Amino acid sequence: MMDRRSFLKKILSFLAVSGAAMGGFLKAGSAGAQATEEHARKLWGFGVSSDKCIGCARCVIACKSENNVPKEPFFYRTWVERYMIPMEGEAVVTNIHMGLAPEAEAPSTKGILRSFFVPKLCNQCAHPPCVQVCPVGATFSTDDGVVLVNDKTCIGCRYCIQACPYGARYLHPKTHTADKCTFCYHRLNRDLLPACVEVCPTQARVIGDLHSPASPMTRFKRMNKIFVLKSNLNTEPKVLYAHIDGEVR
Amino acid sequence: MTPDMVEKLRELLPQVTGYIYPNEIEVHWGILIVVYPYITGIVAGAFILASLVKVFNVKEVQPLYRLALLTALAFLLVAPLSLVSHLGHPFRSYEIFLTPQTSSAMAMFGFVYAWYLMVVLLVEIWFDYRKDMIVWAREETGIMKHIHRILALFSTDTSEAALRFDNRALKVITIIGIPSAFLLHGYVGFIFGSIKANPWWSSVLMPIVFLFSAIVSGIALVILLYMVIYPLLGGKIDMKCVDKAMSFLFYAVIVDFSLEFVDFIHRIYQSEEEIKILGELVMNKLFFSLVIVQVLMGMLFPLGILSAIKIFRQFRESDELRKLLYFVSLILIQGGIFATRWNVVIGGQMFSKSFRGLTTYKMEFGGIEGLLYALGLLALPVVILAVLLKILPAWKELQRKGQAEAA
Repeated sequence: MMDRRSFLKKILSFLAVSGAAMGGFLKAGSAGAQATEEHARKLWGFGVSSDKCIGCARCVIACKSENNVPKEPFFYRTWVERYMIPMEGEAVVTNIHMGLAPEAEAPSTKGILRSFFVPKLCNQCAHPPCVQVCPVGATFSTDDGVVLVNDKTCIGCRYCIQACPYGARYLHPKTHTADKCTFCYHRLNRDLLPACVEVCPTQARVIGDLHSPASPMTRFKRMNKIFVLKSNLNTEPKVLYAHIDGEVR
Repeated sequence: MTPDMVEKLRELLPQVTGYIYPNEIEVHWGILIVVYPYITGIVAGAFILASLVKVFNVKEVQPLYRLALLTALAFLLVAPLSLVSHLGHPFRSYEIFLTPQTSSAMAMFGFVYAWYLMVVLLVEIWFDYRKDMIVWAREETGIMKHIHRILALFSTDTSEAALRFDNRALKVITIIGIPSAFLLHGYVGFIFGSIKANPWWSSVLMPIVFLFSAIVSGIALVILLYMVIYPLLGGKIDMKCVDKAMSFLFYAVIVDFSLEFVDFIHRIYQSEEEIKILGELVMNKLFFSLVIVQVLMGMLFPLGILSAIKIFRQFRESDELRKLLYFVSLILIQGGIFATRWNVVIGGQMFSKSFRGLTTYKMEFGGIEGLLYALGLLALPVVILAVLLKILPAWKELQRKGQAEAA
């Protein structure tokens, strides 16, 4: 049987240990809250310089391996389109990645007026139609302006895929939930660049805080004439394009 | 990921024309989502037919009243099955009730559905059958006696005052029911019509077009079922009733056709950015299902037949000939409305949102997204209806006839 002395000793040591643990937890909690607050002041934006892109598709490959996107050419968080504007007739557009996606017949180079690449990704809209239609709130906008999908609550109804005007979403064949570009949110939160920005050899992709005067995005906006995709739909994308053509949809 | 799925998507590649966004190759809403609006349309349409009797006092179609209510119930019970089966995570579907996103049209499904089933349809059927169930329970023995007692919720009051209350309640519920039926199907139209990213769907007319095509399919199916079931149970088809109901159907088809025509003209006249790809879609991918099945066979041809019956006396004189012509028109109209759902749902996913190319839809045969399962979902309401008719007979005159023969 336990005597009184050893009983009190045990109680005291239990209180000391649990108190220390609790203190640590609270401290970590307030640090977490601080970090969130700091991020909440930010508003992430993304810049794409079409005329810097050389169509190497390293961004596509980096994205696929960073985010467990299936390798097959039917699932993309980001992809690169090649536009060829001929002398006459319609623009010819192809997806350059891996050569597995449907490749249109290229017109002879003689008849081409100009050609350029356009990287595409989720536009992280300020008024995201995908968030509006999600029946369970599994797709949501963060305070710092990134649209994310919670794959624990997504029911896989695919309404968001239908509602996205940019074709940026797909149903992940393993998780059976909607998936799309997150600006590599897990990396942003550790002060790392998104995988595609990190590997781009020509700095065709930039990311930054739209609120900060010192951010690469502010410089991007100052130095370029800016376009957004499908502006008529009033989605207010936070992916801004420089030097793209009216042909790009 | 199954290699099977990759193989299937790879097979589609050669059939893609022009440029589509790479994530667009898979048609996400397949045959199950075609079946869903088709079934809910029948529910709404059948209810509207039933309300003709109770609210608008169209006495001729009285023989269709109970059949219409039971048909609506049988189809309504199956409607969510196609939706739930289609989900990536069917077992999370309850999340729609627990954490609904109020801005989502789809999240409202559960509430609209529950309202319609619990407040409108079940209550209306209960009040309509209450007295009969009490009477049946008194006369019957064995299991049926208990079933009817339980279904009547153990009520036994058949006094004048109670029956008057039943009648009043029925009237009130039907009056609530009409806007509810409009809500049920108009809302399904809104699910598609509110998607601004998709110009094939995005139209303010969509809920109204859905509603009128629902009325067409519901009325047509109830008449068709009456013409098949009633003689099978030993009755003689009441041609006055069928004529009247067909007349309503005729006008509903005209309104439906006009609405779709207005939509068509509007799109062509406005000729917006997407008109070229939509033109290609209609002429290449949807020519058979839209031009031939939906418009020619599903609308114009039946309208021609029904007009001929209205114009020429010879048709009006021969009941048998009219029955045959009605039967053919009803089948064609059903096919047409199913094609309408197909063209909206599948058609809306076959063109790229880049407006530069078309993908294709290859329906599976087996499997949960396959033809067989969809056919099963379409057959299930008929089985449920057979059970419902057994428990809640729709025609008293047939019962009396049966009892007299047994005696």
